[in-house]
Amino acid sequence: MINSYVPLSYYLLLSAFLFACGVLGFLIKRNIITIFMSIELMLNGVNLSFVAFAAHWHALAGQIFVFFVMVVAAAESAVGLAIIISVFRTRETLNVDQVNLLKL
Amino acid sequence: MNPNLNLWLIPILPLAGAAINGFFGKKSSRQAVTTVALFFSGAAFAWALWVAARFSSLTLPYQEYFAHWIRSGSFSVDFAFYLDQLSLVMLLIVTGVGFLIHIYSVGYIWEDPSYYRFFSYLNLFMFFMLTLILAGNYLQMFIGWEGVGLASYLLIGFWFTKDSAASAGKKAFIVNRIGDFGFLIALFLLIKHFGSLNFSSVFASIKPFAPETAGVGLLTTIGILLMVGACGKSAQIPLYVWLPDAMEGPTPVSALIHAATMVTAGVYMVSRSHVIFERAPIALTVVAIIGTLTAFFAATIGIAQTDIKKVLAYSTVSQLGYMFMACGVGAFSAGIFHLMTHAFFKGLLFLAAGSVIHSVGGEQDMRQMGGLRTKIPWTFWSMTAATLAISGIPGFSGFFSKDEILWRSYQASWIYWFVGVITALLTSFYMFRLWFLTFFGEYRGTAESAQGTAHGHDAHGPHGHGGIHESPKVMVIPLVILAVLATVGGYIGVPGSLGGNNHFDKFLGPVFRSALPEGAQNASIGEKSASEKETEGAEPKTEASTELIFTGISVLAALTGFGVAWLFYYRRRDLPAKIVASFSGTYDTLVHKYYVDEIYAAVFVKPLINFSTRVLWQDVDRKVIDAAVNDAGYGAEHVSDEVRHMQSGNLRSYAGWIAAGSAAVIAFMIWMGVR
Repeated sequence: MINSYVPLSYYLLLSAFLFACGVLGFLIKRNIITIFMSIELMLNGVNLSFVAFAAHWHALAGQIFVFFVMVVAAAESAVGLAIIISVFRTRETLNVDQVNLLKL
Repeated sequence: MNPNLNLWLIPILPLAGAAINGFFGKKSSRQAVTTVALFFSGAAFAWALWVAARFSSLTLPYQEYFAHWIRSGSFSVDFAFYLDQLSLVMLLIVTGVGFLIHIYSVGYIWEDPSYYRFFSYLNLFMFFMLTLILAGNYLQMFIGWEGVGLASYLLIGFWFTKDSAASAGKKAFIVNRIGDFGFLIALFLLIKHFGSLNFSSVFASIKPFAPETAGVGLLTTIGILLMVGACGKSAQIPLYVWLPDAMEGPTPVSALIHAATMVTAGVYMVSRSHVIFERAPIALTVVAIIGTLTAFFAATIGIAQTDIKKVLAYSTVSQLGYMFMACGVGAFSAGIFHLMTHAFFKGLLFLAAGSVIHSVGGEQDMRQMGGLRTKIPWTFWSMTAATLAISGIPGFSGFFSKDEILWRSYQASWIYWFVGVITALLTSFYMFRLWFLTFFGEYRGTAESAQGTAHGHDAHGPHGHGGIHESPKVMVIPLVILAVLATVGGYIGVPGSLGGNNHFDKFLGPVFRSALPEGAQNASIGEKSASEKETEGAEPKTEASTELIFTGISVLAALTGFGVAWLFYYRRRDLPAKIVASFSGTYDTLVHKYYVDEIYAAVFVKPLINFSTRVLWQDVDRKVIDAAVNDAGYGAEHVSDEVRHMQSGNLRSYAGWIAAGSAAVIAFMIWMGVR
């Protein structure tokens, strides 16, 4: 049970902060693992805002969405990690800037 | 009720010939091409004769509806045919002379590799000319009018590999456009004010109008604009310059198109529109003045030309001037009469000239001819008949028609008559000059041109000339037929003063008479109404004797011309050189055709070319139109070049754009919310 004395805006600010951290990490970092983690961070930032709203409005839909997001995130990390491993095996690097065969 | 004459067949037959020869002629033999061409033009002639045979039983004007064309509200134009005495005369001239010239061409053009093309064009010309003549409305006439211009262009430039021929074709086409502009504006005026272009309805709605004696009104404007069109097609001042150049075409073409038929289309059109002109005395005066001036000036130019075809070309311009003079004084039937005799003798002159050129191996300069009398007797005798006819020697066709015109023009004003007689003298002089130079004296050409190795202007293929020789029979027979016509053709219109009763004038009478309402006729312009009335009955006795005096004067003029030519070019052949020496300025002006081509070049052509080059090409085309297209392309390229960097393929930069975009959207939404 969320403490009702903590206002909604605090959760939203934290959620925005987490999301922004994820975006920044995604944009700045070169290491593919870090980028991957940034994506997870963004997803979790969004999840936080979902549950915060759900609690605030006493609506369950938000929490159900969070489950969906987590399922997709789990699937995505499984596939993503598999891709990363195969990339590392062929290219022997985790630097995304060097994985640029399709670039112009 | 009129029987159905199927007039539409007459133009369609030559069109079929043109199509067959045009599409399949290349692979067919010459004999096949000849058969097709002669069959279809001959069939048109035969049909015309059949129509003529049934003519007396028709109620005139006979009109035939063929098909819809334009329907727009109350305005409608159909493909329709209109036959009256005037179109019948033209029909017989065009199909008859046209058929003869087709026959002649078989011999003339036989050696040319583009044999089939020539006949295809010739048949096409017949189609358009017959469309023009038989048209039931002005628009259909305009189709024919443009079509003969096209055929003329194609045939002048028949030897298009020769630069001069190609540009002569273009010149003819462009000069004609100027005239057509006037014609078109006249048609628009007719549509605007009378809501129709059909001859019958236009003329019916104009009939109640009184003559516009007071000043320039609607009918005067239409009349003058129509005359502008006629000036272009019929080579009158100031648009005559294309006709002499048109002599670049094969000689049968000069005979058919640029002497006998197409160039007379203007005269036909003015005569057809006589209802308009009779109510526009100012326009009629313009016609008469243009005709008179053209007759005179072209004749003076003709004196100094040395190219046999150029002499005939200027002579044609001059004779057309006579016809317009006749129309201008209200003597339309005299104009058409001269049109007919002119078609005979001028067609013959050109064909005979073609035969002469053929016999001397392509030489066209009369100074290189001479003494051909005995070598090509058939050509000589037929040319003699034509020369006598055009000079107005009594007994030959040209005498009657020219005399009729001079007499009728005297009734309008003595100035027309005076200039006309001077022109007759000049005509007689330059024609006999041509005659003497070509056929008398001794042969002045080089031996090799007589052997046929030198191919000049009119060269037609490698062609073994065994010296100077008479043309083949297929060329001589049309010459003889036309010579007979040129001799006796005038007897259908012997004027009353000479004991005849002017059948021709009476035949055409119903077309041209009763055009003015009874009351208006008396009010119409003085002398002209006199001439109008005069045609209505037998000429009074006193006038007949006056007319005889005038006939005497014009015969005298013709004989004087002959005498002078005889003196200069037969008896004392040193004289011309001396005269040229003492009048070198005048002579140069005449040789250079009054420098009209040069003046036109300086006043119209050069400025137009400069304007087109500097402004239209360099500025408008290259700096505006091309620049707009190119800059649009370059602009797209530059923008793309910059924008391309967004599509780096770098995933994180895409993500950055997405993030920035979302941030912008969010910022916008917040801003909207705050507001």
